[in-house]
Amino acid sequence: MVAFTINGQHQELDIEPETPLLWVIRDELGLTGTKFGCGIAQCGACTVHVDGQAVRSCSLQVGDADGKTITTIEGLSPDGTHPVQQAWLAEDVPQCGYCQSGQIMAAVAFLNEHPDPSDADINDELTNICRCGTYARIRAAIHRAAAIAKDAGGTP
Amino acid sequence: MTTMDASKAGAMSRRQFLVVSLSAAGGLAIGLSLPDLAEAEPILPEPWSEATGDEINAWILIEPDDTVVIRVAQSEMGEGVFTALPMIVAEELACDWEKVRPEYASANRNLRENNVYGRMLTGGSSAVRRSREFLQQAGASARERLIHAAAERWGVPADACTAKDSVVTHAESGRSLRYGELAADAAKVKLASEPAIKTADQYTLIGQPKARLDTPPKLNGTAQFGIDTRLPDMLYAAVVTCPVFGGSLKSYDAKAIEGRRGVKSVVPIPGGVAVVADRFWRAKEAVAALPVTWDEGPAASTDSAQFAEAYRTALNGPAAIARKQGDVMKALADGKRVEALYEVPHLAHAPMEPLNCTAHVQPDRVDVWIGTQYPEAALDLAAKAAGVAPEKVELHNCFLGGGFGRRAVNDELTQAVLVSKAVGKPVKLVWTREEDMRHDRYRPQAAIRFEAALGPDGTPKGLRVRTAVGSIERSLGWGSADKGVEPSAVEGLANQPYEMGAIEVDCVLKNTHVPVMFWRSVGSSQNAFAMEGFVDELAYAAGQDPYQFRRKLLAGKDDFLRVLDTIAEKSDWGKPMPAGKGRGIAIHESFGTIVGEVVEVAVSPKGEVRVERVVAAVDCGHVVNPRTVEMQIESGVVYGLSAALFGEITIDKGAVVQGNFDDYQVVRLADMPWIETHLALSGGSKWGGIGEPGTPPIAPAVCNAIFAATGKRIRRLPIKDFDLSGERS
Repeated sequence: MVAFTINGQHQELDIEPETPLLWVIRDELGLTGTKFGCGIAQCGACTVHVDGQAVRSCSLQVGDADGKTITTIEGLSPDGTHPVQQAWLAEDVPQCGYCQSGQIMAAVAFLNEHPDPSDADINDELTNICRCGTYARIRAAIHRAAAIAKDAGGTP
Repeated sequence: MTTMDASKAGAMSRRQFLVVSLSAAGGLAIGLSLPDLAEAEPILPEPWSEATGDEINAWILIEPDDTVVIRVAQSEMGEGVFTALPMIVAEELACDWEKVRPEYASANRNLRENNVYGRMLTGGSSAVRRSREFLQQAGASARERLIHAAAERWGVPADACTAKDSVVTHAESGRSLRYGELAADAAKVKLASEPAIKTADQYTLIGQPKARLDTPPKLNGTAQFGIDTRLPDMLYAAVVTCPVFGGSLKSYDAKAIEGRRGVKSVVPIPGGVAVVADRFWRAKEAVAALPVTWDEGPAASTDSAQFAEAYRTALNGPAAIARKQGDVMKALADGKRVEALYEVPHLAHAPMEPLNCTAHVQPDRVDVWIGTQYPEAALDLAAKAAGVAPEKVELHNCFLGGGFGRRAVNDELTQAVLVSKAVGKPVKLVWTREEDMRHDRYRPQAAIRFEAALGPDGTPKGLRVRTAVGSIERSLGWGSADKGVEPSAVEGLANQPYEMGAIEVDCVLKNTHVPVMFWRSVGSSQNAFAMEGFVDELAYAAGQDPYQFRRKLLAGKDDFLRVLDTIAEKSDWGKPMPAGKGRGIAIHESFGTIVGEVVEVAVSPKGEVRVERVVAAVDCGHVVNPRTVEMQIESGVVYGLSAALFGEITIDKGAVVQGNFDDYQVVRLADMPWIETHLALSGGSKWGGIGEPGTPPIAPAVCNAIFAATGKRIRRLPIKDFDLSGERS
């Protein structure tokens, strides 16, 4: 048995502990907002938060998530109004949209560490792939999200 | 909130599901009914007949609350058709844009109703230009019928009524009715004649920047891609196919994976085998553990170096003429001779969403959930694999997690249908990234040879171009390649725009066992690299500035000059740059659209290339949604930049070497240049495509900039394979 909390709900699962967390999230729990892109932690489409840290869930065994707290895109905000989601909407970031759950989750964790990031910080730390090439808008949206959060008096 | 129990969803109607889905998504979401359908799963006898509103025509359905559902017959893969095509309908419909909801048109209905939606194929940057007129007509016709319905109810002449923002008004009496109140009557109105559609100068919505309608569900995890399909009682399949294209399955030992948790069965498929399990991960692990032997066939001894040599050699053999103008051999006999050979490798598409398909084969119907660029062909593929008539197939198109041409031929669909048929249950079949990369249908490898002669003043007197390239049509079994020339092989060469004196362009179509196919701008992407690189070489050979040289050879072509002058001006062309930096220019017309790009690069003494800035200008004639145009140019640039800098699929022992994003690198944030896009529109009768034309100029513009920075001319992609180290002065 593996037990963890995901998007505020406690889960206990009878599952092989070596199963990647990604497939538990998608196929056991039906949270399909988290995407499969590469399976080797290269692209970041599967990014979720484990105890607040951005993790590429395709490469974390679910056994290692035992007792942890997990947040997926579905649990980021109750109404889709997290500052990063607001910024993504304002900057018209998504095209095909497939990688964007992972991009958003990576950006949220990044902004928690860098509330006022430079472009160099963004380039250094955010390595998620987008084949539609929305990077310029992602960069602009991250700066916008930082500003939204600052205006609201908190961190993103 | 998307964790809805699939069995419960099955008990709901689609309408109920939509309501739940919308309220769960809160104020942000705009319901997109087909992607919802993918998760909601209701396998209904008529999945498209349950909407409660009144259908005005096949494209438009208006609900009592004034929601306007507009059917989209093209596939949303990021290029923005779920916004641009409804804008065209709404332009004429005079409806409230805030109440528009796009949904996919039914491929099955298109088949049953004599192509009511036209060609359901998204490719060739054709969505707007091929459907604009009939979408405008559908909107105009619906508007007139709504007006007639109101006029009839009031007993007034129709021409005394006007429609605006989803309301019909009779000004004289001050009466008005909402579209939602009129839709039922309007559906019965027969017009004596169809109304005329607006001309470009009358547009009020087309041309306005509009936010994409598909953005909200793409921000909260609710957008439904094919891979997100969930059905009651669904099984999962993972596949392995022969690493050498054209090889076949010799044997496998199913006993070796017997008793593994969740594993249900092993099903042979064309060229390989599928393992079916109750979870994808279990299927994937089991297929990896399955002992399989292959008959790899005669191609198992081939490699990319052999192919490169074969294409170069083919340039000396017989070729078919694509364009001939004047006596090129005579022209080449005099003047300053310039020659060059350009080469490009195979490329994978690598969309973010690996190929996948969910199929449910039942005795008298087949349901397929997939993201496809070509629904009408997918219908036929499913019918063929299941052994039923195409009318028995319901195709549920989903959002595509990238397409770029790959999702126009759905190999994954045939596999899923065969496996579902074999196990008698719904099956979601998913390719691993490695399967996706090693069983793509690739952009062709090519060798392109140029010969030119310059007169004493640097004016070209003759140009001879020969390309040896894989035939896409032959690879797809389309057959017309027998003529020796096909459009994608010579696009961007045969129609090159420069005044070159005598011209001869010919073509050698040569295929290997590697399947080749369309790839974002395909022939234009490889030929623009070669052509615009060579034109740059001619400019230097003539001792002229590359921008001014192009300008001279494009004299009289105002649309090209407008684009060229725009990028030169906006990029500060000619302004000196520091050592180690350079500017490059390229211009190319594809899919009816001209795009020019100026690139600034920095090359370090170690040889690292950094693309710092891209200034693009585009002439697509008219613009539906300027935001989409800007996004597509950015997207096309990045896609082409990945290919130029890193893209290379190589073959060893007949099989693809690269398997994932670790050895098939693509542009990431750190590689991302500043991009600015300028419109340089010629208007008139021109309507060009936008999904692809941003891609072709980027590779040559980058390589031309590298030449300006280093004096090193790159004639073979990708750039990463070149040593560009050295001190600059």
